[in-house]
Amino acid sequence: MKKRHFLKTAILASTILASTAAPVIAQEKTEFRVAWSIYVGWMPWGYLEDSGIMDKWADKYGIDVEIVQINDYVESINQYTAGAFDGVSATNMDTLSIPSGGGVDTTALIVGDFSNGNDAVILKGEGDLASLAGAPVNLVELSVSHYLLARALDSAGLSEADLDGVINTSDADMIAAYATDDVQAVVTWNPLVSAIMEEPGANKLFDSSDIPGEIIDLMVVNTETLAANPDFGKAMVGAWYEVMGLMAAGDEEVLTAMAEASGTDLDGYKAQLASTQMFYDPAEAVSFTQGADLPETMTNVAAFLLDKGILGEGAPSPDFVGVEYPDGSVTGDPNNVTFRYDTTYMQMAADGAL
Amino acid sequence: MRLINKKPGPALSVFLAALPFVLMFVAYAVASYYRLLENPSDKLLPAPATVLETAQRLFTEGDRRSGRILLWHDTASSLRRLAIGVGLSALFGLVFGLLIGLIPLARNTLAGFVAVISMIPPLALLPILFIVFGLGELSKVVLIVVGILPFLIRDLSGRTLEIPREQIVKAETLGASTWVIVLRVGLPQLLPRLIQAIRLSLGPAWLFLIAAEAIASDQGLGYRIFLVRRYLAMDVILTYVIWITFLAFVIDWMLKTLSRKAFPWAEAGL
Repeated sequence: MKKRHFLKTAILASTILASTAAPVIAQEKTEFRVAWSIYVGWMPWGYLEDSGIMDKWADKYGIDVEIVQINDYVESINQYTAGAFDGVSATNMDTLSIPSGGGVDTTALIVGDFSNGNDAVILKGEGDLASLAGAPVNLVELSVSHYLLARALDSAGLSEADLDGVINTSDADMIAAYATDDVQAVVTWNPLVSAIMEEPGANKLFDSSDIPGEIIDLMVVNTETLAANPDFGKAMVGAWYEVMGLMAAGDEEVLTAMAEASGTDLDGYKAQLASTQMFYDPAEAVSFTQGADLPETMTNVAAFLLDKGILGEGAPSPDFVGVEYPDGSVTGDPNNVTFRYDTTYMQMAADGAL
Repeated sequence: MRLINKKPGPALSVFLAALPFVLMFVAYAVASYYRLLENPSDKLLPAPATVLETAQRLFTEGDRRSGRILLWHDTASSLRRLAIGVGLSALFGLVFGLLIGLIPLARNTLAGFVAVISMIPPLALLPILFIVFGLGELSKVVLIVVGILPFLIRDLSGRTLEIPREQIVKAETLGASTWVIVLRVGLPQLLPRLIQAIRLSLGPAWLFLIAAEAIASDQGLGYRIFLVRRYLAMDVILTYVIWITFLAFVIDWMLKTLSRKAFPWAEAGL
């Protein structure tokens, strides 16, 4: 008798647990939450929330959008994947590996920019890419830095096996790590790159401007949520391009706010923007997203992810995840499309239809 | 009958001991079932069978790139760091514990200092440790030592001070020198307490080990967990967490057995 009672309680308790843990089911709703983390190309999200521009656009469509800053980039994507947010700022590579690889159907709502020098391979002292052979390299393993290193080694006819290994080093400790004698080379991103380049002897061997258009910064949202709530997409895109307009016009007040939020000053932030190919004009973002290079980039990225074992156990080939492009074509598995590039909303912005 | 006098029989005892584990497992399995129903590729709560399969693979299959079985490599390097860190702390803890407890000159010099040092949160020192000791093995071991040594010294010196004054006077009456008193009166009474203190500080030692490995490393249990977190490989993380728990449990059990075998007279104090 007692035993059965326990069992009933157990089942009840776990059902309650399960229902709270179940992912958000797509439906029409009016409250949305998106997450972002500090990076030169994503600072507008913080400004959107602080300046009230987001609220203005959300009110226009009768919804409520909350923009939440998360200090740890990977954690923000994990939270989105777990269903805690409707959207998140992420790179094309991390979107493919974390939410899309995890079966959460995700749409790139805004293609904000691509890194054009923001990510770099830096050697201590003289040398070129060939001198990385036999040296340890410190980087955030499995991140875009790792991808950049793989591309750099490729261009010099080397592979990761020629190195004395890669050492996973937290981005938060990268600058302190660079100062120690053990470190010979690092791969990292801005604002860390500019801080490290100020050290005497820092030698930039390769950066993302050598592979333009491959490290893309996005705002991705849950595909089902977007389909059920087109107003969410419209409000987000409308607000985003209002700030893009201010940035393109060189509004110093706006840029200073973003610079301060990212822990630098106006000049520092402008320097970072110089190595970022921002798509201020939605039409540029649309034509980039529709470009012929994107499927090739995504195929390269998928191959890299598989090679490093990032796509996980259920991924027998790099084509495991399907990626759909604006023209409806698909790379990877057409039966498992969980990553979509959609230019509908950016096109509306370009047409002034928001 | 009052509740406080109700004692479970052998069968009920086993049932009650197993109950929280079973409940936890059932709760997990049900939650995982419903999440997977919603999205079969969900990585957050993998099915127990998936975790088991992953565990099997991690324990037996080599890595795609190096061919090494990573789990054993990770275990070996983490246990080595842990052993060196805890071993050094035990040694220094014992020496300083005896000194502070038995020699007033040493007590006046060190007790206050150790008390202050022990208040420093070791993780706050991490950036300094990296710059001073580099990113290699040394800084990981030093973090463990910095983390648990002050506790060991305070505990062991306190225990030494509890040695009845009469014993020391008696030893002096019998003609023992300071050195002999330290070795023959202090040390034997301190050893069981040392094992007890190590058992208590193993939890923090694991914490510091994993924290150090999470920040800069290329192998180790903590390193792997923080690495695969990048793609939400919960099956790998759960396997590692269960494995770490098991290792910690075995080490604790071994220390307990050692203590019981080596110091049967100290049983009451354990």
